[in-house]
Amino acid sequence: MRTGVIAKKLGMTRFFDEAGVHVPVTVLSLDGCQVTAHRTKDKDGYVALQLGAGAKKAKNTSKAERGHFAKALVEPKRHLVEFRVSEDNLIDVGAEFTADHFVPGQAVDVSGLTVGKGFQGGMKRWNFGGLRATHGVSLSHRSLGSTGNRQDPGRTFKGKKMAGHLGQENVTTLNLTVFRVDVERGLILIKGAVPGTEGTYVKIRDAVKRAAPADLPKPGAFKTAGAAPAAAEVEAPAAEVPEAEGEA
Amino acid sequence: MNVIQELEKEEADRLLALRKVPDFQPGDTVRVNVKIKEGDRERVQAYEGVCIARSGGGLQENFTVRKISFGEGVERVFPIMSPMIESIEVKRRGVVRRAKLYYLRDRRGKSARIAERAMSSRGADSSED
Repeated sequence: MRTGVIAKKLGMTRFFDEAGVHVPVTVLSLDGCQVTAHRTKDKDGYVALQLGAGAKKAKNTSKAERGHFAKALVEPKRHLVEFRVSEDNLIDVGAEFTADHFVPGQAVDVSGLTVGKGFQGGMKRWNFGGLRATHGVSLSHRSLGSTGNRQDPGRTFKGKKMAGHLGQENVTTLNLTVFRVDVERGLILIKGAVPGTEGTYVKIRDAVKRAAPADLPKPGAFKTAGAAPAAAEVEAPAAEVPEAEGEA
Repeated sequence: MNVIQELEKEEADRLLALRKVPDFQPGDTVRVNVKIKEGDRERVQAYEGVCIARSGGGLQENFTVRKISFGEGVERVFPIMSPMIESIEVKRRGVVRRAKLYYLRDRRGKSARIAERAMSSRGADSSED
């Protein structure tokens, strides 16, 4: 299983495809998505990659986190996420993902935190029909209607769909198509909408319910080091910490 | 300019390099040559009428063309950059005092006419034929 990536949702636009039809597209930016740690069978009991994306000021990063990032020789990241991978798909710590990790036309799953809607009624939250507009209905045109039966069972069943909080939950949208990738600017363009507001971080992985295309880069498309020395300089104050840990 | 605006501009430049868009405005009579796919064959169909509105900007810009077809008013909205449009010709330029000529929908015949504009004012060099 290949690793996914974290990306920042920049917004939506539309393009024409070859047939001249409009295609709605979400623009996702990789925003410096790097490998920050490994989870190994020996140490953690499972195999995974920890990825970070987005810049964060060192002064807003806790000392513990600074040590963690310094160990990986990466700049402090705003968002950290783990992806379970198979052992042959582990990628070196510090590697920065490039947009050609995904190929145009392939199916991906995108997870994100949806837009919060607050407390909503049954019509918006569960697509209930509401009550009639006329025929004697008063003051309850958008109400739920009945929530149960009579003396038997004498209660409302658990899990009954009612009004309540809507949105701001983690949602995975399955089988979206990659429209285009832009390696230079680190952009992944995905057909259709993905969960979340603009500026939110989402997880992109290969679709679990579709066969992956054969020409996918394995273990992934990334550039190693290069930028690593520069990162090390920034980390200089905290750099002693990991070394001490390494000796211990 | 943010990334999305950049992407849109690049796409617009690419499409404009394939097909020039003449300078026209609401009130002008235009002939839009639309590509139509019939099975595996492609042909061009012309749609001629008065441009009554332009809306949106850049890659997202549309224009509305109104004509009277067999006594029935017909309006079609085209994306300006659409690859389905083979070409746009400006047939006649009109004098109007509004950006949106929706009042034409309530009018028929004589009162729906638009006076012709002298071609010297602007864009006279583009697409006179």
